[in-house]
Amino acid sequence: MDRSEAFANLKACAVEVLHVDEGVVTEEARFKEDLDADSLALIEFVMALEEQFDITVPEEELDGVTTVRQALDLVMTKLAARA
Amino acid sequence: MTTTADRGPVAITGMGVKTPVGLDLASFWAGLCSGTSAAGPITQFDTSEHPVTFACEAADFDVNAYISPKEAAHVDRVTHLGFAAAVDALAQAGDLGADPARIAVVAGTGVGGLITLETEITKYVHKGAMRVSPFLVPMMMSNATAAFIALQHGFTGPNFCVVTACAAGTNAIGEATRLLRNGEADVVIAGGSESSITPVGLAAFNRMGALSRRKDDPAHASRPFDGGRDGFVMGEGAGFLVLESWDHAVSRGATIYGGIAGYGRNTDAYHITAPSPGGDGAVQCMNLALQDAGLDPSDIGHVNAHGTSTPLNDAAEAEAVVKVFGDAGPPVTSVKGATGHLIGAAGAVEAIASIVAMGKGTLFPTANHEAPDAELAPIDVVHGTPRPLAAVPALSNSFGFGGHNASLVLIPSSRSAG
Repeated sequence: MDRSEAFANLKACAVEVLHVDEGVVTEEARFKEDLDADSLALIEFVMALEEQFDITVPEEELDGVTTVRQALDLVMTKLAARA
Repeated sequence: MTTTADRGPVAITGMGVKTPVGLDLASFWAGLCSGTSAAGPITQFDTSEHPVTFACEAADFDVNAYISPKEAAHVDRVTHLGFAAAVDALAQAGDLGADPARIAVVAGTGVGGLITLETEITKYVHKGAMRVSPFLVPMMMSNATAAFIALQHGFTGPNFCVVTACAAGTNAIGEATRLLRNGEADVVIAGGSESSITPVGLAAFNRMGALSRRKDDPAHASRPFDGGRDGFVMGEGAGFLVLESWDHAVSRGATIYGGIAGYGRNTDAYHITAPSPGGDGAVQCMNLALQDAGLDPSDIGHVNAHGTSTPLNDAAEAEAVVKVFGDAGPPVTSVKGATGHLIGAAGAVEAIASIVAMGKGTLFPTANHEAPDAELAPIDVVHGTPRPLAAVPALSNSFGFGGHNASLVLIPSSRSAG
């Protein structure tokens, strides 16, 4: 899966779980400030990513993840490790 | 405002209901007066494996009229119903004119967010620990509704919940009355909500033998004090009231719909689910409420019974009513023929029904009560058609599993301040 396809899938997760419009889910978007996602919502979002991409993201790896780009990087790393 | 203890009545200045027979006061009242029951086949889940397949659902309730889909996704249906009823009550009350730190919330519920709990347990069993929602705790906790009402409105005063099973709604109003009398708040949003019609909830109440099994005729299953009753019908819904010290309500020019003049509560300490023999706990509870109001039994013109339609409750309650009021006591109603048993919301919804009845000068009939049970102590159950009602005090009962008893004395709005 290339990065643009992964981003499209991630966006779909954000729309569904974070109840935001697709347009605001840019790579620069910050979860807390731009997507109104608190720490609980972020955990729910990561659960959705795990199911969407069939990956596992240990909680400690979420430390420091504050933007969509960082989340997408994490997904791409997991996908590469699996391939 | 009021900071010294005042034993007088507190004022009711707003009411909101979400019930199986109506989602606003007008339709709720019309539904009660029609004398018909809201019971029907359960639509929220597949009941094909259940011996009981019906309930009273608030099927047309739409939370999106009150909160956004994002907010709705992170609170349980029990809070959707409770919050919406509270918003309606606050809308009727108008500008409260109170410091938010002096506005309290007291909410009752039987079991809290059971739908969420069951959903997440199922996920845990099938998918494991890491698939359990981070929102499970804030959604299922019994205090979620009280917290959410305060959070959305910025009310920072006292905030707590009463969890006394089927008595919770009445206890919440009573505890709110105490807060106001003690000068600990100027306004209290008080009531109860329940949404426990779930696969396990239904199975559990049925396994107790508490539910009616009249599944070939659900519309006639909830029949309080009737000779053919065989159990209660589960219901879901909410009722909330805006209560204020009488002086506060008068000083801000609020419309007063009635008042709470007395509150009694005690416990049977007899059996975890069965009422005490002869309804003795209920007798003492009603007397405590009358004493608190400074009234005699002869001052009461209407008893709104707990009247669940279970064989045991209705027998004990009828006996208790006769012990307090005599053989020729005031007319008795039960809302549960129409709404089913709203568990932790029942007492609040029924206090509202009693206040509306007082205001209208009309007593609603007890749905499905066709023939008095000859085995019961002689009480005058209003049934068939509505009956005229004088503007005099009423008493409303709730009794919960656990042996919890709670009674309120309600008074008409015509009382003068002081």
